[in-house]
Amino acid sequence: MSNGDDGKTVRVIGDEGPGCRKENPIMVATNIKKSFGGLVAVDVEHIEIPKNRITALIGPNGAGKSTLFNLLTGFDQPDSGEWFFGNTPLAGVAAHRFPELGLVRTFQLTKVLGLLTVIDNMKLAARGQQGERLVYSLFPWLWRKQEKTLEIKAEEILARFKLFEKKDDFAASLSGGQRKLLEMARALMIEPELVMLDEPMAGVNPALTESLLHHISNLKNQGMTVFFVEHDMAMVRTISDWVIVMAEGKIVAEGEPEVVLKKPAVIDAYLGSHQDVDLGVATGRVTVPGGGDSDTRPTRAKRD
Amino acid sequence: MDFGLILINGLGELTSPTTAAFALAAIGLSVHFGYTGLLNFGQAGYMLVGAYGFALPSLAGWPLWSAFLIAVGMSLLLSLLLGLPTLRLRADYLAIVTISAAEILRFVVSSTALTDFTGGQQGLNGFNRTFAALNPIPEGNYGIGSLTYNSYDTWVRVFAWGMVALGALLVFLLMRSPWGRTVKGIREDEDAARSLGKNTFLIKMQALILGGLFGSLAGVLFILPRSLQPGNYATTLTFFVWAILLLGGAATIWGPIVGSMVFWVALSLTQGILFGAIEAGYADFMSISQAAQIRFILVGLVVMALVIFRPQGFFGNKKELSFGV
Repeated sequence: MSNGDDGKTVRVIGDEGPGCRKENPIMVATNIKKSFGGLVAVDVEHIEIPKNRITALIGPNGAGKSTLFNLLTGFDQPDSGEWFFGNTPLAGVAAHRFPELGLVRTFQLTKVLGLLTVIDNMKLAARGQQGERLVYSLFPWLWRKQEKTLEIKAEEILARFKLFEKKDDFAASLSGGQRKLLEMARALMIEPELVMLDEPMAGVNPALTESLLHHISNLKNQGMTVFFVEHDMAMVRTISDWVIVMAEGKIVAEGEPEVVLKKPAVIDAYLGSHQDVDLGVATGRVTVPGGGDSDTRPTRAKRD
Repeated sequence: MDFGLILINGLGELTSPTTAAFALAAIGLSVHFGYTGLLNFGQAGYMLVGAYGFALPSLAGWPLWSAFLIAVGMSLLLSLLLGLPTLRLRADYLAIVTISAAEILRFVVSSTALTDFTGGQQGLNGFNRTFAALNPIPEGNYGIGSLTYNSYDTWVRVFAWGMVALGALLVFLLMRSPWGRTVKGIREDEDAARSLGKNTFLIKMQALILGGLFGSLAGVLFILPRSLQPGNYATTLTFFVWAILLLGGAATIWGPIVGSMVFWVALSLTQGILFGAIEAGYADFMSISQAAQIRFILVGLVVMALVIFRPQGFFGNKKELSFGV
């Protein structure tokens, strides 16, 4: 590993392996447990997300990735465990408080606000709006200036995401891929430090994939940290600096993508509970030794 | 059949205080359902607490302002009582709780145990003295042609429509602000709004309180020209308000007002025509009391037709409904 910060190396303290410590983590979680009835959905001993890197969370269906996401972002409460964003403890913090701390998430099924215009979707996201307080809202002169600033900022971000022409359309009129773009653009209105994306590529047509990948790497270039769940191995390989693998609620492996995706434990994890879906493709992805895979995009695994 | 009279009666409904009361109740419901997506099926309950909250202190000789304050305060309490346990849950729970609360309230105020206090089944009257005492309109008759009203009736009309105008203005100001945007965001997707840092519970509570406040004031307007009858606050009252809201357009400013006018004028016209037909002997197969029922059936059919052929109401945006989100 190199010494200077090359913008992609993740430096590990101690042994590299599941739950290993990193030099500069932005989020640290310990003993996160969640069970639904008798089923243990998540049982993560330790996880650290390196700052200003792109970290992928992969694993077969039902591995607990989305549940872990929900737990870490306050959308679900763990049975036990504590986690920190920087030095701020997050256990028991309500979901709506996360953005003001600098952490924003997206959802597996895109959640655009359909009957709001694209620009309103953007403006809604900004934090610290005076006019959102019931009493202030009645007096436009108290928030009109802030509103104007937000509008300029929103338009600038929309232009970057090639959604500017759509700004006055209802978000419901956007295509699936455009909705993903809007969700990401909207998250940027919050000016977050950590962006957590739940399957950013799901349902996106190949023409938009390129653009989404570009936007995600751009987040890192702007100093943000990205943590994402994804099934698309080609994407994971292309874009991530670090890969964490979950299976049956636990972290079974982590490391640099080239290394991790070839590990037997990872192949096992995918094989073990993937028998019903796209078996050939899933194994094809991870067993092909040494490169030559850049253009064989895996068929997307069926999701529940 | 005197079509002229039927028409004039219909026109009278346009400005009647009852029309204003329902317009205000529907404005409240538009804040709940149209803008915030809260399913309130107990607007009758809000109107009831407003009516009793106003009538009881007035009868006890308290000043007018305190009666209004109590009417509004009661609706605030009701909102907290209904909202605190349900607004963290899925939208359906509020619907169940509001409809049952409204019914419980109606049974409580009409129970014989409370006859000395609420008047039981008989209800209350004579509570509008303090309001009438404030009447700035000199004695005499006002209006055009057959549509003339005495001083008190005119005062009630002016006051009631003034309240409606204020309510509509308030909702207009709120809904074009960032608060209104957040409220609509919650209607579209509560989880998304939460993930973007909005305290959805607090904002839903504010919307519930605000809409309930309009409901309770509508309850006051409703009893100003008549006596207070607990029987009026059955679920049908809630559904009239819903019909008016859907008629006009759920997330619009003018919808509740015009919806209420159309609703009451239509009721008056159908009643006039049906009664006239019976008197003239064209409709021997039904009695006057049956005709009174039939007009509600007709109104139901009209509302159904509207929902099928113009689901956005008179003022709603067709585009908003063409997306199956």
